[in-house]
Amino acid sequence: MATVSAEQDKAAAVQDSAEPEAVVVRFAGDSGDGMQLTGGQFTLSTALAGNDLATFPDFPAEIRAPQGTLFGVSAFQINFGSSDITTAGDAPDVLVAMNPAALKTNVDALKPGGLIIADTGEFTKRNLDKAKYDVSPIDDGSLSKWDVLAFDISAMTIEAVKPFGLGNKEALRCKNMWTLGLALWMFDRDREPVVQWLKNKFAKKPEVADANIAALNAGHAYGETAELSGPLRKIQVEALEAEPGLYRTVTGAEAVSIGLVAGAQLAGLSMFFGGYPITPASAILHNLTKMKEFGVTTFQAEDEIAAICAAIGASYAGQLGVTSSSGPGIALKGEAMGLAIMTELPLVIVNSQRGGPSTGLPTKTEQSDLYQAIYGRNGDAPLPVIAARSPTDAFECAIEACRIAVQFMTPVILLTDGYIANAAEPWKVPDPETFESFPVSFLDAKNGGEQSLPYKRDDRGVRPWIKPGTPGLMHRIGGIEKGIDTGNIDYSAEVHQAQTDARRIKVENVADATPEQDVCLGGSSGKLVVVGWGSTYGPIHQAVRRARARGLDVSHVHVRHIWPLPRNLGDLLKGYDNVLVPEMNSGQFKTVLRDQFLVDAKPFNKISGQPFTIAELETAISELHG
Amino acid sequence: MNELTSIKTTLKDWETDQEVRWCPGCGDYAILKAVQRTLPQIGADPKNTVFVSGIGCSSRFPYYVESYGFHTIHGRAPAFATGIKLANPELDVWLVTGDGDGMSIGGNHTMHILRRNLDCQIMLFNNEIYGLTKGQSSPTSRLGTSSPSTPLGSVDRPALPCAFALGSGARFVARGFDVSKKLPEVLKAAHAHKGAAFIEIFQNCIVYNKDVFHDFAAPKGAEDQQLWLEHGEPMLFAGGTKGLACDNEEMALNVVDVVDGDWEAAGVMVHDTKNRSLAHMLVELPFGPFPMALGVLYDDPRPTFESVVAEERERSSAGKEPNLAKLLGKGQSWTVEG
Repeated sequence: MATVSAEQDKAAAVQDSAEPEAVVVRFAGDSGDGMQLTGGQFTLSTALAGNDLATFPDFPAEIRAPQGTLFGVSAFQINFGSSDITTAGDAPDVLVAMNPAALKTNVDALKPGGLIIADTGEFTKRNLDKAKYDVSPIDDGSLSKWDVLAFDISAMTIEAVKPFGLGNKEALRCKNMWTLGLALWMFDRDREPVVQWLKNKFAKKPEVADANIAALNAGHAYGETAELSGPLRKIQVEALEAEPGLYRTVTGAEAVSIGLVAGAQLAGLSMFFGGYPITPASAILHNLTKMKEFGVTTFQAEDEIAAICAAIGASYAGQLGVTSSSGPGIALKGEAMGLAIMTELPLVIVNSQRGGPSTGLPTKTEQSDLYQAIYGRNGDAPLPVIAARSPTDAFECAIEACRIAVQFMTPVILLTDGYIANAAEPWKVPDPETFESFPVSFLDAKNGGEQSLPYKRDDRGVRPWIKPGTPGLMHRIGGIEKGIDTGNIDYSAEVHQAQTDARRIKVENVADATPEQDVCLGGSSGKLVVVGWGSTYGPIHQAVRRARARGLDVSHVHVRHIWPLPRNLGDLLKGYDNVLVPEMNSGQFKTVLRDQFLVDAKPFNKISGQPFTIAELETAISELHG
Repeated sequence: MNELTSIKTTLKDWETDQEVRWCPGCGDYAILKAVQRTLPQIGADPKNTVFVSGIGCSSRFPYYVESYGFHTIHGRAPAFATGIKLANPELDVWLVTGDGDGMSIGGNHTMHILRRNLDCQIMLFNNEIYGLTKGQSSPTSRLGTSSPSTPLGSVDRPALPCAFALGSGARFVARGFDVSKKLPEVLKAAHAHKGAAFIEIFQNCIVYNKDVFHDFAAPKGAEDQQLWLEHGEPMLFAGGTKGLACDNEEMALNVVDVVDGDWEAAGVMVHDTKNRSLAHMLVELPFGPFPMALGVLYDDPRPTFESVVAEERERSSAGKEPNLAKLLGKGQSWTVEG
């Protein structure tokens, strides 16, 4: 969860005991096996049990990859426990493998001594061949460093749903609920929320709902009654001592959507959202279409370009224009962003980053669009960039993006990524009464004596916002360089110099309206600082916490305001002997920090489509710390 | 078109203080005047009027009209217009585009604004050439057009803007030309149509593609090559001596001679702006064997995009309060007791 302080350092020292502090479970199966649903429901039940948690959905780009293949494996990992959880966990304690391919692609991640639950019904010759196993790993002793619990989940599922008259294929689709039932038993989780969810989901097909519920109950009952010796056991994970209040689980895509709605409300504006389907950003479009009572208009455009252009058009007409995409779509929007910068209209652009370049890794996570966000446009085209660190943080960041956009008449890029978009966290629901509003006022009278001056700047360098429909203030704007104050076409040498400077200074001034950089863990000077941005927050934080528990002098700084950077960041970083910048790219933020502050920032990079593990960061910290 | 209170204005009220920067003799001047003449006649209100353009010679247009104006980026004016109109349906939105802007780089957006039927007027200035970039062949250039990018003559076949518009689902398609005295009438009809009104305006680029429309659009002497269509009137041209008849067996239009004004005897068809099949035939008529079909070719309104979007928004919000606290706590939640 989001906020952690130095006091919690000691938590890292807690060692495994009979009641583990945290448990990591990974569900893996065919992309058609419903692993994401299983994981999602397990998450909900776990959150309801009062555990803190973090999840990591990992699925292939193909909707239904060929059954049983290695590349068709879909996995969902959840880390939950009684202490503060900020990552989806490194190595799973429990792996649920629904077929040989799922076992093969995931087993190496499992902790030594961890538990494998495998569905032997799927360990057929055919599936073993597809997973490139010569003999079944269950029988050949190759899994000896783990506990293995292998039984025919498929057969037991078919048996459990028999009374509902489903065909074999449909019956087998309830396997995931059987497995979930077993998992809920193992960790003493309530089945009721899942039962309610199934009833709602299959309201129109009650027989399917009943069959799934029966499978869920059968899996649970299996855990409870099967007299198994060996590894199957009930594991108690204590609830987190959380602050009192109302909680829910939230994914980053949900948090961004709600945050945008809240941002528009705080600005006193209707919101216009232009989007085009793209993984992993589409969820924001889907969410916002259900929030129209807040004055939200959603527009599924013909392409990424039209999506942003329509949003700019709406901003021009006096609404808060928002668009969202992922890297390839953001590339297409570049020219239009330049127009929003040039005409100085507010706009929020959300980039749910994925692996690139080109189509890259559509369903995997990466932070490689940082250069694109800061620099990726023709001309001198600065705009503010902010980055969310976690699903819940994305809520505040979305509000912040709206605030900066309307207060500075500028497009703002909000960076999230595939991990943040899809991952879920418990969220202490904030009280809207505590939000600070930033109501927008439109110019409604001439501001230059007899003239209306649409580009007359205030002391922050910001121009007024004039809506078409306002009497007497008719004017023309556009992408050609414009005269001082008037906005009329003027591309003389001195005017272009002056306006380019003015646009840059305006964006720099955003740093006066954003907080100074804080240190989220450790001292404000010392031997080593680990500087992160975006979704690496969780693993960096845990790694720094563990390193500190081992006595290392290391701090964690996590930057939200990527552009302009906080005014104090340069001095802050210069207070440490070493600066380590872990990123899921080839070192983009490292280069920005070097460029802006002449600090010897050292990169630590991972570009595998997977988040950092705590262990690999700890190693990097130890190496640099010495 | 918009049902707004009529405002009394004159042509002068629609002129800006900006120096018009088209080449002397450019057809755009005549179109600008025709528009500035039309706006007072339709009772347009400068504060509620927005001209949106892309990039190209024609797209400088908004700077010269004393209303709100947005000179955007190449080809994308329809997308900006969509955002503007959805955000404020009270605004009267005019799009200015060209054959390069609207048919080439922005062809996709032209298609979608038409199929969605956003209420606006789309004026596509067709001069069959890229003017602002100094004379390259465009998607409407005739086969064999010699240009800096096609010194041996263009080899790609031209697109027909009005056929493209109809194919995209346009509910209003009209044609005019820059110096025609009838252009304001065409613009008025477009404005009166509720929905996306597509107007192809042949425009003479005197520098790079001079007089390509001369055969039907010369200021004088080309009248016989103009077929001005009017709803409910016979499709006559050449001073009423010729007309268009339908050959039912061939399912095609033919030019027939009309003797002594007896068009009925000659089998001349009466124009029906709601006849979509007829519109398809009219936009495809090859010039030469046939006259140029001008005026309102097709006009059959359907619900506009902004109205259906607003209805959908209302349906979606029915019975829901915009309660932020409720939205924040939505879904399955739990309470931790203090």
